[in-house]
Amino acid sequence: MTARAMTCREVIDLLTDYVEDALPTQERRRVEAHLATCDGCTTYLEQVRKTIRLTGMLTEEQIPDEDKQRLLAAFRDWTRSGSPGG
Amino acid sequence: MLRIARMYVSSRAVAEDVVQEAWLGVVKGIERFEGRSSLRTWIYRIVANIAKTRGAAEGRVVPFSALVGDDETDRGVEPSWFHDANSRSPGGWKAIPEDWRGIPEDRLVGNETLRRIGLAIQTLPPLQAEVIRLRDVLGWSSDEVRNALDLSEVNQRVLLHRARTRVRRELDAYLRTGSEDA
Repeated sequence: MTARAMTCREVIDLLTDYVEDALPTQERRRVEAHLATCDGCTTYLEQVRKTIRLTGMLTEEQIPDEDKQRLLAAFRDWTRSGSPGG
Repeated sequence: MLRIARMYVSSRAVAEDVVQEAWLGVVKGIERFEGRSSLRTWIYRIVANIAKTRGAAEGRVVPFSALVGDDETDRGVEPSWFHDANSRSPGGWKAIPEDWRGIPEDRLVGNETLRRIGLAIQTLPPLQAEVIRLRDVLGWSSDEVRNALDLSEVNQRVLLHRARTRVRRELDAYLRTGSEDA
């Protein structure tokens, strides 16, 4: 294969396309060739996969309600507002 | 449904209105539903369309960029993690990511971890949050999400990529704090 090897940074940017199986064959091969020799990107990919699995364990209720969040944030700001510039 | 509506209109009250109108639309339009998309994506689209119209009428045009977020402000990956162009290995990791294997399983899948993921999702730009919620929490297919949110295939993936990248980063930060966090 004559294509230039991909850098870690490039590979990281393509990982969702890779996981989603949305890469053209040649690019997928380049990603795989990189992963075969790169511990850093392999670890990162494992983490992405694990993140997806863990996210899948969430229930809707575990994603907090936006209004409640705003209220909490407002409260935090208010309790901090004693100090200038905060 | 309320969440979708909330992306486009100014208040919860208006969003609730939108949802009600959407249900009416669903009831009236159900005969026209042709089954080309799944029922749930069809309902989503109805909500989104009504909400967009209502938002526009309110003079509240939400710029697409505000819903999507941009690479600069909500980065899940820092350029500084990689060697720059002049180094011996441009674009390579400066420090290899530490794997999560040493983390005990019960902590990794613990309630606190899941809570952190929920929080991370909640702070994403709205469309990113919606895409990751539908794809990874509810398990919809990419086609369903595209249809429901009226996104191109590429946009759907870009949003999903940013969302997952961000969540991974938050998760990594949390898992590295050890068990001493408050």
